[in-house]
Amino acid sequence: MKAKEFALKLGLTEQEYGTIEKGLGREPNENELGMFSVMWSEHCSYKNTRRELRKFPTTGPAVLVKAGEENAGVVDAGDGLALAYKIESHNHPSAVEPFQGAATGVGGILRDIFTMGARPVAFMDSLRFGRPQAKGEAGKRTRALIHGVVSGISHYGNCVGVPTVGGELVFDPAYEGNPLVNVFCLGILRHDQIRRGAAKGVGNPVFYVGAKTGRDGLAGAAFASRDLTEESKADRPAVQVGDPFVGKLLFEACLELYARPDLVVGVQDMGAAGLTCSTCETASRGGSGIEIELDRVPQRETGMTPYEILLSESQERMLIIVHKGREKELKEIFAKWGLDAAEIGYVTETGKVVVKAAGRVVADVPARLLADDAPVYEREAKVPAQLAEKQKLDLKKILPTQPKVKEDLLKLAASPAMGSRRWVWNQYDHMVGLRTLGKPGSDAAVLRIEKPGGGWVHVAMTLDGNGRWCAQDPREGSRALVAEACRNLACAGAVPLGLTDNLNYGNPHDPEIFWQLREGVEGMAEACRCFDLPVTGGNVSLYNQSPAGPIHPTPVVGVVGKVEEGVRLVPGVFGKGGGAILLLGTQESGGLGASIYLQEIHGVLAGKLGKVDLAAERKLHGLMRSVLKLAGVRSAHDVGEGGILWALAEMTFGEGSAGAEVTLPCGQGERPEEVLFGEGAGRILVEVEEETVGMVEPLAKELGVGCTRIGKTGGADFEVTCGSVKERWGVQELRKLFDEALPNALEG
Amino acid sequence: MRFAVIQFPGSNCDRDCVHALQVLGQEARLVWHQETRLDSGEGVILPGGFSYGDYLRCGAIARFSPILPAVKAAAERGEVVVGICNGFQILCEAGLLPGALTRNEGLHFRCETAYLRVETPASRFTSHFATGQTLSVPIAHGEGCYRADPEILQELEAEQRVLFRYCNAEGQVVPEANPNGSSHHIAGICNAGRNVLGMMPHPERCCEVEMGGTDGRGILLGAAGIGRKI
Repeated sequence: MKAKEFALKLGLTEQEYGTIEKGLGREPNENELGMFSVMWSEHCSYKNTRRELRKFPTTGPAVLVKAGEENAGVVDAGDGLALAYKIESHNHPSAVEPFQGAATGVGGILRDIFTMGARPVAFMDSLRFGRPQAKGEAGKRTRALIHGVVSGISHYGNCVGVPTVGGELVFDPAYEGNPLVNVFCLGILRHDQIRRGAAKGVGNPVFYVGAKTGRDGLAGAAFASRDLTEESKADRPAVQVGDPFVGKLLFEACLELYARPDLVVGVQDMGAAGLTCSTCETASRGGSGIEIELDRVPQRETGMTPYEILLSESQERMLIIVHKGREKELKEIFAKWGLDAAEIGYVTETGKVVVKAAGRVVADVPARLLADDAPVYEREAKVPAQLAEKQKLDLKKILPTQPKVKEDLLKLAASPAMGSRRWVWNQYDHMVGLRTLGKPGSDAAVLRIEKPGGGWVHVAMTLDGNGRWCAQDPREGSRALVAEACRNLACAGAVPLGLTDNLNYGNPHDPEIFWQLREGVEGMAEACRCFDLPVTGGNVSLYNQSPAGPIHPTPVVGVVGKVEEGVRLVPGVFGKGGGAILLLGTQESGGLGASIYLQEIHGVLAGKLGKVDLAAERKLHGLMRSVLKLAGVRSAHDVGEGGILWALAEMTFGEGSAGAEVTLPCGQGERPEEVLFGEGAGRILVEVEEETVGMVEPLAKELGVGCTRIGKTGGADFEVTCGSVKERWGVQELRKLFDEALPNALEG
Repeated sequence: MRFAVIQFPGSNCDRDCVHALQVLGQEARLVWHQETRLDSGEGVILPGGFSYGDYLRCGAIARFSPILPAVKAAAERGEVVVGICNGFQILCEAGLLPGALTRNEGLHFRCETAYLRVETPASRFTSHFATGQTLSVPIAHGEGCYRADPEILQELEAEQRVLFRYCNAEGQVVPEANPNGSSHHIAGICNAGRNVLGMMPHPERCCEVEMGGTDGRGILLGAAGIGRKI
């Protein structure tokens, strides 16, 4: 086959082929084309999104390692402590092979974190599927996907001994043909322990460590950069197979290696595009070259071709460059952990990645050309033709004349969409490591992290996305979800330090999809600037569409923050009663546009979210952190999906939580359902002791934030009054529906 | 007292055990599985995790580990040996405790707080508690369903070697409170010499108020030979 034909078959364009030929000054061979096809895929090069990603704020006083510099971002948490964290998607692999797809997603993000020199201490997952209660084949397939993905995460995460402490699980028909599996990992390290992935020092040896190379995951990065089709199952060999036991040994061995002074020069994991990516990226970062000999690469299959070895995405492998003369120390440490460590090459001054097999050069490519010179495209963006129509909302046509608030609430509680996520997080070890405070399912997960000199720093983190909001208004939805993530941290008394994003969208060649992406990025960027929140990297996952169509535009953000000194952490559920319930922030509900209420109860996705007042939001978070320093605060919970009534209901779902009596004003011309289920931003509920009310009110006034007393806790019932509506139900009755919703849908 | 916490490849509660023991004022050191010596007078902890990946059967490979003869010798000398979770599985595989731990009845891995009823204070591990006292201690396992021959179960019961049973918050031993389907609702047992303890729940995870409970303290302090404080 002619080189050009082969290039097109691999998914490179004619123009890209021309650039490669020009860069090399000759016709590329098949191995080289294979390397370019993965390195220039969207997954590795961000060729379609790079221009957009530049809009994110990426700097700030806390940033130690910026977006795009290394495998993960690193921020300063004070006291010499740093946090390395990142989110990554494994959507396509999980769609065709849910267990291994999800497991290797966890393994991949784990490597990104310990590559930075950090000890991984927590995972979170953001998962999206179709409806598990759907009838027929679709429901059956969705349930199988959920079981597969959850057990894949549980298998890998539990075995490596890193707790899974939070996340989100969403069911929406928009993800039926293309589930989303986004995995986040946080690691801790001292400032002086940060590792770089640069190959420096001519003559320094290059080591391959970890698992052997096989034929699994061939060109997985390229697979991830295509639409999912009926034929995608044939791509199953592009899905990697994970071995968490080796993953665990690998990170322990690497951490032991890093602890040796002046031993390691550079380190890079072999994830997407395996050996190809790790060699050209380290060489490019170091301004050097690398020469490797493929015959020295540990292989678990015989007869592998250079092409296969270069493109394999076998898991649990790392590339490590050490100072010459220190080879023995590395070998000893890896031998102790029972892992392969093979010296496969050395650093050169040529600026090229030269690959030899059986003494013959099989690839010879400038590292920069491969790693950094992928083309950057300006894609066309167009406002979707249907948008204005989608954003219309006529409640008169949807809501019944008489509100049925109690009935609606019971339905919500019993829906898999809103039911308790305990079924999932019970399968994850969320406690190992003795750092997790509280249980998953709170607004934010909080960990205690040992300070280098003794004592603890408390770190909070959250994952948030909302495809429904973004489908109806990608810019506003994206602003809202950054605001929500920061609000979640505020409920744990934390100041946000950094954000990692996973941009899940459809095919960027469709101008309407690209418009969603651009709007999303700009909305997130604006919100980040308002919260002084740097974006420290993340992942872009495009081509998330199946024959049924594209997914909702779904940016997912992971935000990490530090709990302020003096904050007393409180649960998100009511205590035993006798407290006052205060609504901090705005009294506006934001209306029912894009709400889960309309979708789940009335089967309608229409309208859009109200505009988020970012400046007010920021003040609210400041107030919340201050309130948590007062005595007599019992619980706090943010208002988000499901609106204020759902948030209040969730506060009664604690072990031994009391009920409450709540009155919410209903404005002229406003429907009680809007007040109760509207998902507008800028609101937090707190339960405080009677004596504390008098301290919160002046504080709120001083900061210019609303503070409204809406009721009190007590008894075993919940009673809500809103305009013409007065309803009452037993807390236990509702909680039972909430607890059983997911197990019923998945195991019933 | 000083403890040796054995570190197998794949152990992941090793550091947690060291931390909890230190919080309780005890000394603890990590001992790599390829070592072959343990000091006399030293307690031994086999921590939770997935030793050697547990691909064959939990604990099945760890029993052949170089350190195991020293662990056996320590048990025979009457030193304190505690196997937690995967450590319990290893003790059973190694024959230091009878029975076996199999896949949870519900098939899922379960991580939650379990209630345990103390069956007898007659062991150093339970000396801080009263018969029938309810403790809350976290579990995190996929293979914690205790099984043994009827004769062995009878012997364990007759000799009061069942130290902990799963129960509900009110202390009642009922099937709904059994998280994994264990025979006789067994959560922890000891050997005939009452110096070797195996339990699926993790006492090291509940020794500090910040971790949500402190019921593990009595178990580990008891193991350390520190008597009940009245």
